[in-house]
Order: sequence, then structure tokens, then C-alpha cells
Amino acid sequence: MSGLGNGRRVIGMRCRECGTEYPVQATHVCEMCFGPLDVVYDYDAIRKRISHRSIAAGPPSMWRYRDLLPLEDEVPVVTLGEGFTPLIHAERLGAELGLRNLYLKNDSMNPTNSFKDRVVSVAVSWARAHGFETIGCASTGNLANAVAAYSARAGLEAFVFIPSDLEPGKVVSTSVFEPNLIAVRGNYDQVNRLCSQLVETYPWAFCNINVRPFYAEGSKTLDFETAEQLGWRLPDEIVIPIASGCQFVKHRRAVGEMVDLGLVEAGSRLPALTGAQALGCAPVYNAWKEGTETVLPVKPNTIAKSIAIGSPSDGSYVIRIARETGGVVEAVTEEEIIDSIRLLARTEGIFTETAGGVTIGVLAKLARAGRWKGDEVVVAYVTGHGLKTADAVAAAPSPGRRFEIEPTLKSFKESVNI
Amino acid sequence: MARRRVRLIFGRDLVTEPVIYHLGKNYEVVTNIRRADVTREEGWVLLEMTGEPDELDRGVTYLESRGVRVEPVEGDVVE
Ligand SMILES: Cc1ncc(COP(=O)(O)O)c(C=O)c1O
Ligand SMILES: [Zn+2]
Repeated sequence: MSGLGNGRRVIGMRCRECGTEYPVQATHVCEMCFGPLDVVYDYDAIRKRISHRSIAAGPPSMWRYRDLLPLEDEVPVVTLGEGFTPLIHAERLGAELGLRNLYLKNDSMNPTNSFKDRVVSVAVSWARAHGFETIGCASTGNLANAVAAYSARAGLEAFVFIPSDLEPGKVVSTSVFEPNLIAVRGNYDQVNRLCSQLVETYPWAFCNINVRPFYAEGSKTLDFETAEQLGWRLPDEIVIPIASGCQFVKHRRAVGEMVDLGLVEAGSRLPALTGAQALGCAPVYNAWKEGTETVLPVKPNTIAKSIAIGSPSDGSYVIRIARETGGVVEAVTEEEIIDSIRLLARTEGIFTETAGGVTIGVLAKLARAGRWKGDEVVVAYVTGHGLKTADAVAAAPSPGRRFEIEPTLKSFKESVNI
Repeated sequence: MARRRVRLIFGRDLVTEPVIYHLGKNYEVVTNIRRADVTREEGWVLLEMTGEPDELDRGVTYLESRGVRVEPVEGDVVE
């Protein structure tokens, strides 16, 4: 089966800061300099094997790009059919924004309705293959949903830590999978600190902590799919929501891999990678505006809860990559988030959560400010479904379109102008 | 014994104050700097702290009382 022969596609891990190499293990931080670790692949072996044909012969899920994911061939993966989500040519939204080649990657179509299914599918598969019996995470929403679902699918124990004041309604789509739900009496920072200590204490695979180097790799499949769906071409620019910045960094890696492995035309220009934040939690945007790579933590205060990370682990790398690729980091107000959720719904029939409102908000803001001429291929990553944060738009219902009538034809004719 | 890997963030006024020295001197905490970037304006230090858990907590409380922001090196993980 394996074109890699006896070779392995993953040959180790490497520190992003000092370059120290490590064998494959559940660790996220370099022992020497505390920098983040990345997975190292044997690209020479992968290059011999991967092609448009080999990919097309794979499953209609993100696992068609398995050659560039950190799971060896013999490992059974934990899958719910994540990825290969629609890439939609957004003609009506594009017309409003003066963009003829605007595309939306609708990642709300994933099994638990957010892009987290990509990363969690990789993390849980990796953890099970490496002997872990328990998966952990701390989350107020999307990550918890995905971890609970994929752990159930894998038959693994799950521990999901949440702040105890999280509204019960928000927890249903996680608790239905029956993980151990630990409601921590404490504020966000306290839950956060507890998790860092738990990782040091229990032999668990904490999705976005000790198995983060593997978890993060799953994000790359968004870019592989986008390129494949565009006929194996890279877009000119991608607009990406930023929380920890973890996926943003991996998007840079993915587009580089496609060029280096010849999956897109040699010499293809890398897309500009542009980051989107809510002004109510904009540590990366603040640093970008200041012209520094030092990202100072903030206290989040925004309806875009799924991307409200006050102390982003990968913030400085986001700034470096945005600059390197010719992208920018931009941020939008709460009002712009809600307006953008509505704009996307009205023009394209896609209902996104507040994080998607941030992405579309930044896209619209940049378009209106004249960033593009009109023919550029621009892609926005819509990363979560609107039903997750329906209250954000329910609080201020859409204007106009409601009529209340008597159950008679006459009343209908009188009330509704057709 | 336990260990914590933290990022200390200093504002303008603290850059010249020897807080890490005081931390090691006044608490049963062994400190080990792994990486740092300090300018005149601000700075951060990645620090390993080893000691008994309670003493580590006291050390962190001390740093915070001096106005130093103390974050786990992995940043926020509650997503
Ligand atoms: C819907 C949604 N979009 C985007 C993100 C941002 O991802 P990252 O933390 O990798 O920046 C998250 C998660 O944090 C999310 O839940
Ligand atoms: Zn290192």
C-alpha cells in the first residue's frame, strides 16, 4: 500500500525558535527555549508519492491529504467525514464588495459545525495511535463540541473543562456525547492555569496543549482543499480569523508545502494571508498597528467568544507571516460583526457564527477601503455555524421582513405588497 | 516538586526592577530564564519556575503584586 515503503512520513519534531530536534512525542514546548514545536516530515519521501491523482483517489474528506498529516498509513483514523467542505463562488456578496472572484470556504459544514473538527480529528487519531486513553480540552464551545464527539467516536474517555458560569444551553451540544464535563468555579484565567497544571500531572492527550503540534497540522487541509477546489491554484489572498493564531501559522506552512511539492505551478506566488480579529479582543491587531511583534495580552470583551483569546500563543508569528506574505491584520466592531453575519446570510444563504462575522466584517472593511482592484481571487474562511451563536442576531432581529396577518386572503393582500 | 513554564510581561516601569532576583531570594523557587526580549519600553521573559506547588503560587502572586503579568507559556488554551 504505502508508497513510502518502510519510510515514515513524520521523522520528528523541531523547535520553531531554536531548531532543536526531538523524537515524536506528546510535547508542545521546546525544553531548551520554550518555543513551540512543529512536526517534521520527510518531504523527499512524500514528494515521490503525492500527486493530484493520488489525492483524487483518496476519500472525499480531509484525509485525502493524509500524506501531509502526521499519521502513518497503518494508523486507523478517527473520522466523521470532516473537511472537503464547499468552496462557494460568492457572486452576490462579491458584487456588493466589488470582488468578481470572491470565494467562501464554508467550514460550518463540518460534522460538529466548525473548523475544529479538522484539528481534533488529527489530535484524537494521533492520541489513540500513541496509546492515550483519555482526551482533554478546555473550551467554551467549538473545541469542546469536537473533542466530545470525536472521543465518543473513538471510544476514548474525554475530560472537558468549562467555566462553571457557561450557560447550560451552550453545553448541550457537548454534553450529549457524554464526556466528563468539569465545570470549574473560577474565571477564565484560573481555568486556563489549571489546564497547564493538569497537562503536567495526568497522562492525557490535551488537544490544544501537549498534542498541539499534531492537532495544529489539521488546519492545513483548509488550504489544500481550497487550492484543489480552485483547480490546483492558490488564491491571491485569504482572510482568516485569529484566536490563538495556531491555524494562521499552519496556513502559511500549507501553501509553502503545495509550492515545494509541485502541487501548484512552480513559482506560484504565495497568497497574502490576512488576519481578522474582533476589536473587543484584538491583541494581534493592536501589535500589528503598533508595528511590533510583541503581542501584549488583553481582557476579552466581545460577542465573538470562539475567537476571544486574550493571550494568543502564536500572535507574533501571525504578524510576521502577514507581513511576509503581503497580508494585513484588521479588526471590526461588535456592530460590524452582527451586520456582517446578516450581510453574508442575505447575499449568500450562509448563516455563520460570530467568528464568521469577524472574518466577513474584515473582508468587507478591506474591500470598501479599496484594498482590491476587483479581479483578485480572494477567499474567506467561514469557520463556524450561525446556530452556535444564534442569540447574537436574535437580540436584534432582522429589520423589515415580518408581516402579521389574519388568516384571510384579504388580509394577506392588504398587508403584503406583491 | 512541580514546575511551571511562564511568560512574564513587564511594562515600562518594571524593566529595570530585579523581580526575578527577588523571586528566587524571597521564595523557595528555583528560576531559570529560557528566552527573553527586553527593550527600554517593555519586555518579556520565558521562565521556568521549580518548587513546591504552594510556593510557586506564592511566587506568582508576588510577581503579580509587582505589576508583572504572568501567563503560561502556551498562552490561553480555553478556546
Ligand atoms: C469558529 C472558529 N474560528 C476560528 C478559530 C481560530 O483558530 P486559532 O485559535 O487557530 O487562531 C476558532 C478557534 O479558536 C474557532 O472556533
Ligand atoms: Zn527551542
